[in-house]
Amino acid sequence: MANMNPKKCPMPVQDPVVRSGNFNEVALGYTYEMAVEEAKRCLHCPKKPCVSGCPVGIDIPAFIQKVAQEDMEGAYAVLSAASTLPAVCGRVCPQENQCEGKCVRGVKGESVAIGRLERFVADWHRQHSEEKPVKPPFNGHRVAVVGSGPSGLTAAGDLAKMGYKVTVYEALHTPGGVLVYGIPEFRLPKDIVRQEIDGLRELGVDVETDIVIGKTLTIDELFEMGNEAVFIGSGAGLPRFMGIPGESLNGVYSANEFLTRINLMKAYRPDSKTPVQHAKRVAVVGGGNVAMDAARCAKRLGAEEVYIVYRRGMEELPARAEEIEHAVEEGIIFKTLSNPIEVLGDEKGMVKGIVCQEMELGEPDASGRRRPVPKEGCTFTLDVDCMIMSIGTSPNPLIRSTTPGLETNRHGCIVTNGDDGLTTREGVYAGGDAVTGAATVILAMGAGKNAAAAIDRYIKGKEQG
Amino acid sequence: MYQILEKQALNPTVTKMVIEAPLVAKKAQPGQFIIFRASEDGERVPLTIADYDREKGTVTIIFQIVGGATMELNALEEGDSLVDFVGPLGTPSKLEGLKKVAVVGGGVGCAIAYPVAKRLHELGAQVHSVVGFRNKDLVILEPEFEAVSALVAKMSDDGSWGEKGLVTNALEKLIQEGNQYDEVIAIGPLVMMKFVCQLTKKYGVKTTVSMNPIMIDGTGMCGGCRLTVGGEMKFACVDGPDFDGHQVDFDEAMHRGGMYREFEAHAREEACHLLKKEVE
Repeated sequence: MANMNPKKCPMPVQDPVVRSGNFNEVALGYTYEMAVEEAKRCLHCPKKPCVSGCPVGIDIPAFIQKVAQEDMEGAYAVLSAASTLPAVCGRVCPQENQCEGKCVRGVKGESVAIGRLERFVADWHRQHSEEKPVKPPFNGHRVAVVGSGPSGLTAAGDLAKMGYKVTVYEALHTPGGVLVYGIPEFRLPKDIVRQEIDGLRELGVDVETDIVIGKTLTIDELFEMGNEAVFIGSGAGLPRFMGIPGESLNGVYSANEFLTRINLMKAYRPDSKTPVQHAKRVAVVGGGNVAMDAARCAKRLGAEEVYIVYRRGMEELPARAEEIEHAVEEGIIFKTLSNPIEVLGDEKGMVKGIVCQEMELGEPDASGRRRPVPKEGCTFTLDVDCMIMSIGTSPNPLIRSTTPGLETNRHGCIVTNGDDGLTTREGVYAGGDAVTGAATVILAMGAGKNAAAAIDRYIKGKEQG
Repeated sequence: MYQILEKQALNPTVTKMVIEAPLVAKKAQPGQFIIFRASEDGERVPLTIADYDREKGTVTIIFQIVGGATMELNALEEGDSLVDFVGPLGTPSKLEGLKKVAVVGGGVGCAIAYPVAKRLHELGAQVHSVVGFRNKDLVILEPEFEAVSALVAKMSDDGSWGEKGLVTNALEKLIQEGNQYDEVIAIGPLVMMKFVCQLTKKYGVKTTVSMNPIMIDGTGMCGGCRLTVGGEMKFACVDGPDFDGHQVDFDEAMHRGGMYREFEAHAREEACHLLKKEVE
């Protein structure tokens, strides 16, 4: 008998006042009993609309049924057949726009908490299972993956399961891409990322850190080394600045720099050897998830006042509703319809304030969002000692500038032929932010999954032909 | 892991290390740099490549012991390994086609100026090296500069080595004596490069400087190393580290270089404290 409660079983979270002073995970996850109870809310509709909303195509009703039957290992087997990083996805996917957005229970109440259940099963498996993944027999073919972010890890995992010998090349000293340098510990504990990557290693995937493709090795050399195909999942890590006066003052960070110092280099720990400014009053410019992460990190570093400065209104914020809610609970102040036009500095070259232009919303633009237009003569100054630019990123030029024949568009994104990620170079596939520009973790994973399947078809086809 | 094959103190505060890093050695060119981490919880720190041997697969670094990270590096011995050694990063120096060049090096910057002088010499250019140190105890690479230069102007702040004065005094004298340089290449402390540029601008001599801002990733993903060059924002780790010295905003670069001064002083103290403990 299904559990007909119209609401999701709530997930315990850390108290907002307590958590805004630490970097521990905010959402604490379901207990065993909560997970079983929530799993019983799934109606097992024959058309499984939820599955169509999942970019990696997890058989959602099947794993949820196993949870309801208290067969947690069985549930994990269903998840891991489709997803390489379930403990990550369960935490960071925008489920409201994906699987849960399509759930039938969501029509008259709240959808089934698919993400929370995925997270529970992956965590349960990690804590209880002694079983190591079985390394499949080598099929005789080698593939190289550039970048160890969500798209690269997914492509590597899928290819390894098909018997390919996969080597992942990562420029930084720790694999994970945005999962380790971008998303903070309080949303995604780094131990979880590490363990998911260890799982890939057990499948036989080699992860080589400290190698910058385009500098240390080129794409052409990866082929010379015996790889038959290359997947580029190098992301969009080049930060944008606004081009306003004062952006080079001390205390102005790109969100990438601020978050890398905190997450990758652990600058929030008192014993860290990497410094970060512990500012008193911080302005974060932008309204996406990265802006929310940066603002919440600044608060945890001890800032008394943290502002989100965004040129549109609250309704238009691109960040996930849950992240905005968490930010509000933690005391982040939203200055919407405001756009910085100048950064002010003191005699030592430190930020002391930002001048903002007040905005109002005009006609919808090409993207369908109402365009912000300056309100004539209305400016104000915000006294801050730190400013974090979170207005987007674009793909890094290192690979495109060193790979002849690899076409990119005017935004620097790699051009592919649609779903399977084939680039303008034979045997070279690409996916994730390197192709789309800054997007989401799960879209990158979906792209990695599609490209892995396409690479398999390409190599098998070559073998027969 | 990247093993230290050789370690040598060039003077009391400057150390040379030869590191086993075949992939970096295979691609390295003058003007490029590496990022190292000495230990698992260490900071990422950039150092310019001082030399490389493609056959042996080694890269030479020369560093001044100035703070926590370089103290930690200097505490390692031959046979020990660095956990991370990434590169080669940055855009190589453009040295081809130059006929007569003044290479100006200040202090530990001479470690980077020397391979540039050597490469120019190999390319057939006439090299005048202008090198400066605070005093004679800090002099490094003297015979090396002699071997690749048509002339070496030696300067020290206190007159204990070569002539008393600054590198700019020597360079101005050379220019006034009628030496016409295609280019001046200056590598050293920001303030030295700033004054070299002021001087050469007066004489209309093209000048290239090697900038050394704060970096983290060194691959263009954070913009921590940004500089203003000719009124535009540049990332030193990908667009540089070499830039047209007459276009660089040095005052801004000096402000940015001091961003973490307090933290660094603290880290240095901590490192000293730890080293003392180990000695006890």
